[in-house]
Amino acid sequence: MGEAQVIPLPRRELDGPPVTVPRPRPVTRLRQRREAPGLRAFVRNRLTGEYPVDEFGFDPELTDTLLLPPLRAVYEKWFRVTVTGTLPPGGSLVVANHSGTLPWDALMTAVAVRDNHPERRHLRMLGADLVFKVPVLGSLARKSGQTLACRADAVRLLRAGEVVGVWPEGFKGIGKPFHERYRLQRFGRGGFVTTALRAEVPIVPCSIVGAEEIHPKIADLKPLAKLLGLPYFPVTPLFPLLGPLGAIPLPTKWHIHFGDPIRPAPSTPDAADDPAQILEIADTVRDTIQATLDHLVATRPSIF
Amino acid sequence: MAPNVVLVTGVADRIAGRLAAELAADESIERVIGVDPNPPATGLPERVELVAADPRGPLVTRVLRSAGVDTVVHAAPLTGPGQVVGTMRLLAGCQRAGGVRKLVVRSTAEVYGASATSPAVFTEQDVPDGVRRDALEVESHVRGFARRHPEATVTTVRLAELLGSGADSPLARYLALPVVPTALGFDARVQVLHPGDAVAVLRRAVTHDLPGVYNAGGDGVLLLSQAIRRAGRVQLPMPRAAVPAAARLARAELSPDLARLLNYGRVLDTTRLKTAFGYAPRWSTTAAFDDYVHGQRR
Repeated sequence: MGEAQVIPLPRRELDGPPVTVPRPRPVTRLRQRREAPGLRAFVRNRLTGEYPVDEFGFDPELTDTLLLPPLRAVYEKWFRVTVTGTLPPGGSLVVANHSGTLPWDALMTAVAVRDNHPERRHLRMLGADLVFKVPVLGSLARKSGQTLACRADAVRLLRAGEVVGVWPEGFKGIGKPFHERYRLQRFGRGGFVTTALRAEVPIVPCSIVGAEEIHPKIADLKPLAKLLGLPYFPVTPLFPLLGPLGAIPLPTKWHIHFGDPIRPAPSTPDAADDPAQILEIADTVRDTIQATLDHLVATRPSIF
Repeated sequence: MAPNVVLVTGVADRIAGRLAAELAADESIERVIGVDPNPPATGLPERVELVAADPRGPLVTRVLRSAGVDTVVHAAPLTGPGQVVGTMRLLAGCQRAGGVRKLVVRSTAEVYGASATSPAVFTEQDVPDGVRRDALEVESHVRGFARRHPEATVTTVRLAELLGSGADSPLARYLALPVVPTALGFDARVQVLHPGDAVAVLRRAVTHDLPGVYNAGGDGVLLLSQAIRRAGRVQLPMPRAAVPAAARLARAELSPDLARLLNYGRVLDTTRLKTAFGYAPRWSTTAAFDDYVHGQRR
């Protein structure tokens, strides 16, 4: 496999619709948690195998009872996440920037969507096939609602009215060096736009501030990464120096902003196959996220 | 067009046998001919005319011609080494006999395979690339036949794993182990089809003209761990590579495809079955599984 190359894009002059930098708005709806089954009922259901699982392997009972509560504690106590903006009701495709060496940003966004979506949806994320090859991780990803990043699965979820999350920068984004923080990488080939057009759902640009500084990656041990079959092997000020302790993320203060939904209005019926339209919409989404990131980073009082 | 003389292959198998029996009970069908080299395990009604013939031999071609068969149901399960040659012979026979207007083929969901890079749900449009080369080859011969004979109605149904009361399948034998070896760190999504629904789907394809390829599986999925608990068994997680050997020790043979299925899982989209084909399975995956468990306890 070739080495993923980071290709910084020149900041494009906008000739399309101007990107408006949204002012942070308070979340309109108060958090309300769905009644999770009591612990006793949960254990009983586990033992008898009496719980629903959808065709992707998503187990909402397990997710809400065991997986989300510890993540919610990290979300509230460690990263102290502030959420602004709103998510549209019904199915949508949440497109976010990826960073932080370890995918804490994805986990925190999952909590943010679960607690702030008007219909209290779970975020269904699309993961690299690497995730599904790894024992434990793969089955845990499926049970918590994630699926393979392929168009068939994404369109199927969106048509069913689910909220789907994608990180178009992929490993290039999450594994980028610290000095490139808050600079969006290439957005693949805009596959997410085709998916949204096919499923006829809005795209929600999501900007995440704070994840960049949790594991400042200052070097990459490429031979070791290759040996372990990983996309990168990070060196941070604390890792591998402090061993497992160094893998604890720094307690930065986070801000997740869900931007106004972009409803791709295809000018032709076959826009989903038209590279010009796909790339234009992908650039609009990318520029929106970049502009919001710049604004939020410039106005935040402190990293911590 | 209503079938008049129906030939069913593989009637020693439970599904094919039950299909032949049901077709024999249908007054509008003049003759039902069952072909299998082995005698059927369960008795078939008198009206099913049995021909003890190896599908690889020339006898089937002669039967097709002399009996004036108009509908052929290739319902023999895709196991054993002779299936590809048997199918080629059968199709060649249909071609030579000339009177065959309809061909119904029982295929399997195994054609899709199961892997970490597979979509979560397979539709009929997905390109089959499973490890079951024989099943893929059978389907490709059937497609060739359909191309050469546009006047014939060719229906292929891809059946999910069969499980229900009294079902005898590799999956059923595996799940019946007192301690079930599973791959550590994997938990497959399993979709099953009740044998009763499998027979009903094949029967509908015989009595109605429904050309094309259709997936058939029960609604919903069970996770393997969940299924084992529902069956009141104990799972024994072990490294993935050791599972087939452990199952073999306990006398449950896992084919390479089934071993992969039990790691990654496989789910079929049955929208086309319910809409274009017009059949909604009566047993969901969970109901079929519970029926299987109930049958075990009796």
